[in-house]
Amino acid sequence: MANAQAEAHHDDRPTGVRRWLFSTNHKDIGTMYFILAITGGIVGGLLSMGMRTELMEPGMQVFTNPEVFNVLVTAHGLIMVFFMVMPSTMGGFGNWMVPLMIGAPDMAFPRMNNISFWLLAMAMTLLVLSLFMPGAPGTNGVGGGWTIYAPLSTSGTPGIAMDFAILALHLAGASSILGAINFITTILNMRAPGMTLHKMPLFVWAVLVTAFLLLLSLPVLAGAITMLLTDRNFGTAFFDSAHGGDPLLWQHLFWFFGHPEVYILIIPGFGIVSQIVSTFSKKPVFGYLGMAYAMVAIGVIGFVVWAHHMYAAGLEVNTQAYFVFATMVIAVPTGIKIFSWIATMWGGSLSFKTPMLWALGFIFLFTVGGVTGVVLANAGVDRSMHDTYYVVAHFHYTMSIGAVFSIFAGWYYWVPKMTGYMYSEALGKLHFWLMFVGANLTFFPQHFLGLAGMPRRYADYPDAYAGWNFVSTVGSYIGFAGLLVFLFSVAYMFARKQKVGDNPWGVGATTLEWTLPSPPPFHTYETLPRIK
Amino acid sequence: MAIFHRMLTVFAALVGFALSGAAMAGDGQPTPWQLGFQDSATPIMTQITDFHDFLNIIITLVALFVLALMIYVVVRFNEKRNPNPSRTSHNTLLEVAWTVIPIFILVVIAIPSFRLLFAQYDFPKADVTITATGAQWYWSYEYPDEGIRFDSIMVPEAKLKEGQPRLLTVDNEVVVPVNANVIVGLKSNDVIHDWAVPSFGVKLDAVPGRYQKTWFRAEREGMYYGQCSELCGRNHAFMPIAVRVVSQDEYDAWIAEHKSAAIDTEGKVASAQD
Repeated sequence: MANAQAEAHHDDRPTGVRRWLFSTNHKDIGTMYFILAITGGIVGGLLSMGMRTELMEPGMQVFTNPEVFNVLVTAHGLIMVFFMVMPSTMGGFGNWMVPLMIGAPDMAFPRMNNISFWLLAMAMTLLVLSLFMPGAPGTNGVGGGWTIYAPLSTSGTPGIAMDFAILALHLAGASSILGAINFITTILNMRAPGMTLHKMPLFVWAVLVTAFLLLLSLPVLAGAITMLLTDRNFGTAFFDSAHGGDPLLWQHLFWFFGHPEVYILIIPGFGIVSQIVSTFSKKPVFGYLGMAYAMVAIGVIGFVVWAHHMYAAGLEVNTQAYFVFATMVIAVPTGIKIFSWIATMWGGSLSFKTPMLWALGFIFLFTVGGVTGVVLANAGVDRSMHDTYYVVAHFHYTMSIGAVFSIFAGWYYWVPKMTGYMYSEALGKLHFWLMFVGANLTFFPQHFLGLAGMPRRYADYPDAYAGWNFVSTVGSYIGFAGLLVFLFSVAYMFARKQKVGDNPWGVGATTLEWTLPSPPPFHTYETLPRIK
Repeated sequence: MAIFHRMLTVFAALVGFALSGAAMAGDGQPTPWQLGFQDSATPIMTQITDFHDFLNIIITLVALFVLALMIYVVVRFNEKRNPNPSRTSHNTLLEVAWTVIPIFILVVIAIPSFRLLFAQYDFPKADVTITATGAQWYWSYEYPDEGIRFDSIMVPEAKLKEGQPRLLTVDNEVVVPVNANVIVGLKSNDVIHDWAVPSFGVKLDAVPGRYQKTWFRAEREGMYYGQCSELCGRNHAFMPIAVRVVSQDEYDAWIAEHKSAAIDTEGKVASAQD
């Protein structure tokens, strides 16, 4: 009797509310993260359309109140970072693929996995609500930029919108910390017999490094925004110079989190691209250990370079010199990654399916974003570029092109596994080319605008900047058309229902998830695989 | 239709630009279709421009090298030309090379970089000292040695005179003599602002509770514009910086005029109080 009950429990296939709201299944939770990320991507994308349309011509056309433009800038940044990139790379691919790739039945803490997701959904709700709450005098929403520098975020924004945003960040942070603990525990303890750390797929390495970055950096953000909250509401003066505080303290705390955060956004992308390049070259990854430890090195150095975001803040010159040095060091492990991807392809037998196109686009364009990073690392020349569109171009080449291209690469790579349906190759390629042309047309001219001196976060600009801004806006429309093609391709894939086998990619796909059926059953690895 | 027409205009402009060679860099302000920095007016900005030209060559070569490798790999090792992949996954010499060579490149970059950084902080003896105070959303200037102070507020579009650039023109410009070392002290009473003039290679935050200094030495007379470079709220884009560099004689005359105006104002205030 007891045995029968246990077996019934074992075969439990929940449906409806029990399956989704109470979900403890890593695959379902991963799917929910993807739905959240796609929603976030659409909202964040629409916000950027609003900004680019305003900037298409000099003068104010779309918004009469420039603070509304600042609110869009802020919400675009926060949503893209916390509710688009992070939920898709760690939440979506991480949850779906880490257990499958290491041969674990599920995540280590399935219920904690559930609360991670629902905290993030609540966080996103709070952040979107903040858009409709009073912020700066006379305007709704937070307009302080995603960096919410004090005192603009304290005395400068008296309204409750900022408190909504702070609590949204608190929940998103708690969600990510719990998720990070879950990933670290799963990866360190639940690998299938025979899978040593040095045999793990590089995507799992990337998630492991990212989870440590999250675990170590997000508590700093949580502390900082708690100080912001008490400065705003309970009379403390951490960031208020009139009462002995210091606005620069906020910047140090924020960027101590903020710089690891940018690697949190991109390192999973490194992992995804490594899997794809190896699969479609039909070759093992070149310099596997170098690749894994390059990510570790980037993660470690990423914690000691934060003040390169503050060269214009008035830091002492020797401090700046240190941060110049430390920042340039990051170029070395990043170079190792780029060259190792090329060496992986060297001598391979390359096929250019959609995921590979996105991965190739990623490698070159991330190089472009990387080399402008080397320029910006130099405090002397950053004097002319800080807070200009050159910086906007740089971080969109690494984030909008880097992180987003790696996410789409991962999507087309794994979506046949996750759904059991093949995507449309034609639509996938159309999506790629629209985004490739659109993103370059949007962001390359912004280098010129930045060099010419156009400051970022400007609702209106001197007439001389009109030309490149117009080109940039046209590019963003092309990119947005790419997003629409993506959404259509997802719908088309589910409508067409073209079934795929266990491994659609052939001999190059050697990781464990390709040994499972597509889609994998609700519970996988009821007997653990053995790795030779 | 309007969009289409505009795109044609832009296309025509692009073609014209390509035919005419590099766009002229602006003197003291940006110019349409500009590709690089604004023209330098100070020794520091000249040094920044030279260093950036050097960096630009290096990063362009690196990016083109990566692109060339990728094109070669795509052409040579696609599955049609190379159906049987190799299994090579290690080459120690290669891995050492692509670790060590970038380090050499970074050292080559670091030497002029540190020279530039320390030059920027090598403060000369002041000929003129100015204090700029950021406020939402304008700048206030003070010449403490001369007892002159005034607010500098953007001139709205409707009141611009012929030839004055939109969003850059202010009612009262900062006036400084040519070839003089000008120390600018920065303060703020509300949120963080940033005083930046691209042609001078100067950019520094005005942080509440701090007094921070930067300096420049303008070598050409003329009008030089900059804009607030730290997000400061609603009218962040509408608090420009304008510096008029004049000859020493003109500067002396300007000082004399404003000093007497300041004394007059104080005199009036004093007499009003009697």
